[in-house]
Amino acid sequence: MNPFTLTRAASVDAAVRDFSGHEAAAYIGGGTNLLDLMKENVAHPQHLVGLNKLPLSSIESTTGGGLRLGATATNADTAWHAEVQQRYPLLSQAILAGASPQLRNMATNAGNLMQRTRCYYFYDTATPCNKREPGSGCAAIGGYNRIHAILGTSDSCIATHPSDMCVALAALEAVVQVQGPDGSRQIKFEDFHRLPEDAPERDNTLQAGELITSIDLPAQGFAENFAYLKLRDRQSYAFALVSVAVGLELDGNTIKEARLALGGVAHKPWRDKAAEHLLKGQPATEATFRKAAEAVLKEAKGQGTNDFKIELAKRAIVRALTQAAAGEQKASDVFTNSNP
Amino acid sequence: MSTVSTTSAADGQLRPLVPPSPVTLRINGQDHTLQLAPWTSLLDALREYAGLTGTKKGCDHGQCGACTVLVDGKRINSCLTLAVLQEGADITTIEGLGSEHALHPLQQAFIDHDAFQCGYCTPGQICSAQGLINEGKAQTEDEIRELMSGNVCRCGAYVGILAAVKEVVDAKR
Ligand SMILES: Cc1cc2nc3c(=O)[nH]c(=O)nc-3n(C[C@H](O)[C@H](O)[C@H](O)COP(=O)(O)OP(=O)(O)OC[C@H]3O[C@@H](n4cnc5c(N)ncnc54)[C@H](O)[C@@H]3O)c2cc1C
Ligand code: SF4
Ligand code: FES
Ligand code: FES
Repeated sequence: MNPFTLTRAASVDAAVRDFSGHEAAAYIGGGTNLLDLMKENVAHPQHLVGLNKLPLSSIESTTGGGLRLGATATNADTAWHAEVQQRYPLLSQAILAGASPQLRNMATNAGNLMQRTRCYYFYDTATPCNKREPGSGCAAIGGYNRIHAILGTSDSCIATHPSDMCVALAALEAVVQVQGPDGSRQIKFEDFHRLPEDAPERDNTLQAGELITSIDLPAQGFAENFAYLKLRDRQSYAFALVSVAVGLELDGNTIKEARLALGGVAHKPWRDKAAEHLLKGQPATEATFRKAAEAVLKEAKGQGTNDFKIELAKRAIVRALTQAAAGEQKASDVFTNSNP
Repeated sequence: MSTVSTTSAADGQLRPLVPPSPVTLRINGQDHTLQLAPWTSLLDALREYAGLTGTKKGCDHGQCGACTVLVDGKRINSCLTLAVLQEGADITTIEGLGSEHALHPLQQAFIDHDAFQCGYCTPGQICSAQGLINEGKAQTEDEIRELMSGNVCRCGAYVGILAAVKEVVDAKR
């Protein structure tokens, strides 16, 4: 790790000011991603602004009937929060499917959104990587790319966003509240993370110095018919090869409202509104689900080692939709993901 | 103060090394004032500066759980947090859970169930199990397996570890 200075900010204003007042500053939440990358010499900030004393760790109802998740609330406190478990079990289960109990006790909600890709070449400073070093090339294209993207890739980068939590947040249409040197603004979740295009060094649309203050959930939580399905190389403590978040609103056997987002397949949580549209008004049958699955993967492109992900994703979508329609996963049933 | 300089990885410029400063950590109910640089992990502070070597370093990247300690009663990986960020918190390490003369129930259960071979992962396993018990979420074997998955054992003593943790979880019910 390179030398750096550190201050612990007591207020949001102080944190933003402290960031702006230093060259190459970075915010640090739980540290579980940033310190890992600093130890690997992938990240080398000169100054850290510690956020773990900020008054942003609460989870509160919003006036619109939704729920505000504080930026520095931990992933564990969020997943086990009674309101989240009852009203947004999809989110609770997605969080609990990720990392380990220790890491979830440290990881903050904002940090989870901001975590960087697990692309092995991004971590290996001896190899070219456009995300780590713009213009150096992409070692994953034509290399070993089992964990890489099949949708929305570019010639510069085929990395995936590794978060489970964010896949649920995409399906739930969360809104990210931020404060920066020029004031505060809100960012729709679908506009938060970006595709690599020709600037893979930028994972998201947050501007330098902007601090995430909360993540807001709208009232609709799909607590009756939902599913988070995570497929990985071992049953626990592994990143997703493919994951699917589904929220359905049913009228009898007819789908009134549908949300569908995928993890492990793209540079951002991959929500497909066209596929959701195909589901709406249709009977909740396997034929309907297959049509949606084919639509999501229509433009998918394998990179060699990850070709299997295309068929895997289709089957995962059908299974997750089937589970959601049957109400198989329950709000009270927090361990569904250990036995998919 | 020290005039040692170092090269920054980012731009190759020479900058003065940040001098260590006093950091007070509350470990196992006792305050320790240590001279630490900002980049010292909690794990290194415990082992190298406070002399508490019960907590182990396996991977140093959050992947094995050997470094698990309790912070305000919650289990964390001490390798992925900075000591300075834990000032003011209540830290419990394996040394604070039991003593040679009065073993913690988890320590006794690990012995009774042959829950280790080399013992390297054991302090982390036991601190993690205490965190699991504090959380109160896991009751069945499958639930314990899932919520102990952040602790890897290279000797593969999982069968004994599960039995030991289950026994203490059951006793607490
Ligand atoms: C071994 C291992 C396994 C894992 N497995 C999974 C998994 O299966 N699924 C999964 O989803 N995740 C997994 N993770 C990732 C984990 O979820 C993230 O590391 C964690 O969520 C990051 O949160 P943090 O608070 O620790 O972030 P930090 O490391 O503190 O910060 C990460 C980034 O966020 C920025 N940041 C932090 N807070 C703010 C803020 N308020 N505003 C703006 N920027 C901010 C920081 O500057 C930094 O760039 C795993 C991690 C490890 C180490
Ligand atoms: S896929 Fe992206 S992150 Fe991975 S090596 Fe290529 S440019 Fe870097
Ligand atoms: S040493 Fe901390 S998790 Fe391995
Ligand atoms: S007992 Fe040897 S690693 Fe667990």
